[in-house]
Amino acid sequence: MISTIVVVGGGQAGAQAVDTLRREGFAGRLLLICDEPALPYQRPPLSKKYLSGELTAERLPFRHRAFYDEHRIELKLGVRARALDPRAHRVDLDNGEALTYDRLLLCLGATARRLTCAGADLAGLHYLRTVADVTLIRAAIKPGSRVAIIGGGYIGLETAATCRHMGCEVTVLELADRVMNRVVAPCVSEFFAQEHRAQGIHILCNMQVTRIEGAGRVERVICADGSETAADALIVGVGAMATTALASDAGLACDNGILVDEYCRTQDEAIFAAGDCTNHPSLRFGRRVRIESVDNAFEQAKTAALNLLDRKIAHDRVPWFWSDQFDNKLLIAGLSQDYDRQVLRGEPASRSFSVCYLKGGELIAVEAINHSKDYMAARKLIADRARMNLTKMANPNLALKEAVAEPA
Amino acid sequence: MPRITFIEPGGLRRVIDAPIGISLMEAAVQNGVQGILALCGGACACGTCHVYVDAAWFSRLEPREEMEEGMLECAWQPRDNSRLSCQIQVTADLDGLEVTVPQQQGAM
Repeated sequence: MISTIVVVGGGQAGAQAVDTLRREGFAGRLLLICDEPALPYQRPPLSKKYLSGELTAERLPFRHRAFYDEHRIELKLGVRARALDPRAHRVDLDNGEALTYDRLLLCLGATARRLTCAGADLAGLHYLRTVADVTLIRAAIKPGSRVAIIGGGYIGLETAATCRHMGCEVTVLELADRVMNRVVAPCVSEFFAQEHRAQGIHILCNMQVTRIEGAGRVERVICADGSETAADALIVGVGAMATTALASDAGLACDNGILVDEYCRTQDEAIFAAGDCTNHPSLRFGRRVRIESVDNAFEQAKTAALNLLDRKIAHDRVPWFWSDQFDNKLLIAGLSQDYDRQVLRGEPASRSFSVCYLKGGELIAVEAINHSKDYMAARKLIADRARMNLTKMANPNLALKEAVAEPA
Repeated sequence: MPRITFIEPGGLRRVIDAPIGISLMEAAVQNGVQGILALCGGACACGTCHVYVDAAWFSRLEPREEMEEGMLECAWQPRDNSRLSCQIQVTADLDGLEVTVPQQQGAM
């Protein structure tokens, strides 16, 4: 008999899990522990419309307070789970409370990777992960401010675009030889770098930051080549790490995330995990993955909720991602690692094109730039393990779904 | 506030008072309308806030843009009256609007 379920973490995954548990008929005691003081809210707008002020704080939460009350979901806001005792089925909170559970779901999310160079502790250096982070950034910048951004990934480039839109002078310092190098093809990196440069952003690659200098607060960033970038504010977006301390301190196996099976279960049969914090098997891609995305957090949490209720459903979805930078939309379906063939559809100069990735003849990923049709078609084709006709696929005038190979 | 009716996948009619200035999707999500997932929060990137707009109302809405067209073309069972509810802004003119939520959402 499952009478109490505790969900730790109030991000996309935690908020979805409690929703699904109630919709699926769980009638017992249900608690959601959120370390931030706000109602569970959407993170994607933080680097975009929330930073620019177009979206106000009231529009960030997934649900109104009334939703949680109506569904008897006990919200503990601004409270951190400090320790977990799997034997006693107990979570200790930092407000002194101890909760016993029949089933526990960990949706601990990810934590921004910190800079470790000299000067990384100076005031004026910001990370961007929470509403509180963005509140600080907004207070630190105004039109004309010199903003330096370390890291040319999703967060760095989205933030660069937003700050530029707000009238700041923006410089992006990227360690690799191109932006977004871990997630997109070189021609896509080049396209986005050019778009940013055309808007007046300085995109500098091969820049290894060696130290941050300033009298009590950030004034400039020094790179290995000796260059100096003056900054009134510095924003660091150099990736994120799975948040696992609660689990690993309790003895649960972790390796780049909390290890779970396809049913979202950890090695303890009463403890499940979902979202950015997990390292899970991908049935479609045949290997373990850790995915940082809204989609995975949502889908895995939904599946975890069903498994918490003993439904035995495997998490098996094709992941997808998106990024908005100025008026460009990058849409990605699937995972492109391990591809053996890459095919360009259309011309970057047209500002609407796609890069398709194949492995053993099957479509495994598509990066669609301002091309929602290819992206939506790809989500289905990748899940179906569609084999593609390369000649047809390279023809942008033919719909992607029409480029499936004839059965041999 | 304009009164909008959502017919949920199970057939339940949900009548909502939608604040002017937000999107139809946001009004649905805030009120927990079943079947409107809206994973991307209104960025026109997920195709999970699909609705069928009552025929009498369809032509009264602002037309679909290219990005929305592309999302809908490969969505689950698109129809001529398909829309992404994140792309419809609630205005006073929408009082009485009726939309139906499909049985499934996403790329199909």
